[in-house]
Amino acid sequence: MAKRIDVSGLNVYYGDFLAVEDVSMTIEPRAVTAFIGSSGCGKSTFLRTLNRMHEVAPNARVDGKVMLDDLDIYAPEVDPVAVRREIGMVFQQPNPFPTMSIYDNVIAGSKLNNQRMSKSNADDIVERALRDANLWDEVKDRLAKPGSGLSGGQQQRLCIARAVAVQPEVLLMDEPCSALDPISTLAIEDLIASLKENYTICIVTHNMQQAARVSDQTAFFNLAGTGQPGRLIEMGETNKIFTKPDKKETENYITGRFG
Amino acid sequence: MTTTDSSTTPRAPKGKRRIGDVVFGNTARGSGILILAILAGVAAFLIIQSFDALSANTANFLTTTEWDANTDADEEPAFGVAALAFGTVLAAALALVIATPIAVGIALFIAYYAPRRLASLLGYIVDLLAAIPSVVYGLWGIGYLVQELTPFYQWLSDYLGWIPLFAGPISTTGRTMMSAGIVLAVMILPIITAISRDVFLQVPRGHREAALALGATRWEMIRMAVLPFGRPGVIGGAMLGLGRALGETMAVAMILSPALIISPHLLQSGNQTIAAHIALQYPEATGHGVSALIAAGLVLFAITLVVNMAARYVVARRKEFSE
Ligand SMILES: Nc1ncnc2c1ncn2[C@@H]1O[C@H](COP(=O)(O)OP(=O)(O)O)[C@@H](O)[C@H]1O
Ligand SMILES: [Mg+2]
Repeated sequence: MAKRIDVSGLNVYYGDFLAVEDVSMTIEPRAVTAFIGSSGCGKSTFLRTLNRMHEVAPNARVDGKVMLDDLDIYAPEVDPVAVRREIGMVFQQPNPFPTMSIYDNVIAGSKLNNQRMSKSNADDIVERALRDANLWDEVKDRLAKPGSGLSGGQQQRLCIARAVAVQPEVLLMDEPCSALDPISTLAIEDLIASLKENYTICIVTHNMQQAARVSDQTAFFNLAGTGQPGRLIEMGETNKIFTKPDKKETENYITGRFG
Repeated sequence: MTTTDSSTTPRAPKGKRRIGDVVFGNTARGSGILILAILAGVAAFLIIQSFDALSANTANFLTTTEWDANTDADEEPAFGVAALAFGTVLAAALALVIATPIAVGIALFIAYYAPRRLASLLGYIVDLLAAIPSVVYGLWGIGYLVQELTPFYQWLSDYLGWIPLFAGPISTTGRTMMSAGIVLAVMILPIITAISRDVFLQVPRGHREAALALGATRWEMIRMAVLPFGRPGVIGGAMLGLGRALGETMAVAMILSPALIISPHLLQSGNQTIAAHIALQYPEATGHGVSALIAAGLVLFAITLVVNMAARYVVARRKEFSE
């Protein structure tokens, strides 16, 4: 598990609008990479191009290259469905399937690949995923209850369990804590720290303390101005980005928010 | 909150009742009461007016199939609603079974598969279907559809005739329950499609993206996120359609060649529905006839009410899982 992502010369368009321009970066396996930057600079857009989720928007397209180890995920013969099975995603709003039980939520992805899974096999997958998501002890007695009955933080961990149940290589998280209270946020941050032993993790966050706490690498995005495309300004060790960044722009952003 | 001291909590100032609020509130309340009053009035009318025939009836009204109600004052009427109620439910159920899958398919196509231009064109066409008067559907059914369908009926009874529903010999005129069911299905297709399409489009983006991010194909996404979410809406639409099919009169009266029997053979002539029976018999009703037809109307009213309540129950039962 856990693969490296290599992005080179990536442009993302919505119709004629260039939203993200010329991003190149390497995302290391078994590490957490944080994307920071002001709102509207294309962090979500960029994140979604890493598992081709941007294609849900009808007019979105990319040029450039994204490699998952040796696989060019935009090669013509590659199916976006297959890409998403390798690169899971967690969203800003916890979004468990409301008509499904906790158990069925967790097993939903595995069922796609393997309809005739044995019951004991499914039980194992559910327990392991819920343990990985630090949720098992809280829900083990009510697996048949709807996932929507959980608290927001529990729902988000359920979504993480659902994503890791299919054992992806990479986990993308788009502001996973911004709808949560501080205690739930800490629980998710702890979880991210333990998940990085097995996964490549990218997290978009508005909260710079959070980026500083959870990530190993930080990438700073910014806009030259309104209507301009977002660009990757600087990327490096989180420590370095937060203490002595190379670019003035990065420093302004960090000190403006931190100081 | 409402129990706290009113001098400290901000609330609408007491003395100043805004005229708009008052007018609107009373209008809304009045409309609500009016609807209940109309419903109660209709029920009372049906019960009172049917009493005369029901009390003179020598047969069991609920289990008898014959309809011998046009009697002179000194004769005893004997009539029952069994065959009619059976035909009513059968025709409506048949229409529902045919229409619902097609409607859901069209709605899914419009909502998730068709390119935008085609989707709105299709939606428009489906809405137009709803605007066609039922007498036109009747004409189309009797003048065109039944002839065209006869070879298909023949095929059905040749290959599936061992199922009682499709047993032969098939009616040569095609004026059968199956034809009525098919025409009714076309009539209720628009309402089920329109409501299904609306709920399918309301599926939160988060649920759809959650499925896609797990590596679901579009169809798998629909099965995981769209259909479960849309289910209560589809049921609601189907029940509205069922309500229309139960009460539909003109098209059925024109297509069916009636016989007051309880027959499960869809491809043979026979059966009749309450609504069509009332429409056809009313002009010639004498003696207890009118009152007896009103009793049949009461049964139709009751069936529709039960169907609606059942639908509400089905929709409500899944509530825990749908919010
Ligand atoms: N589906 C879309 N269609 C058109 N423009 C979009 C769409 N999604 C985002 N954008 C635009 O792309 C830019 C980047 O947005 P986004 O990636 O959401 O930024 P961030 O996540 O950094 O706040 C914004 O200008 C936004 O308006
Ligand atoms: Mg965003």
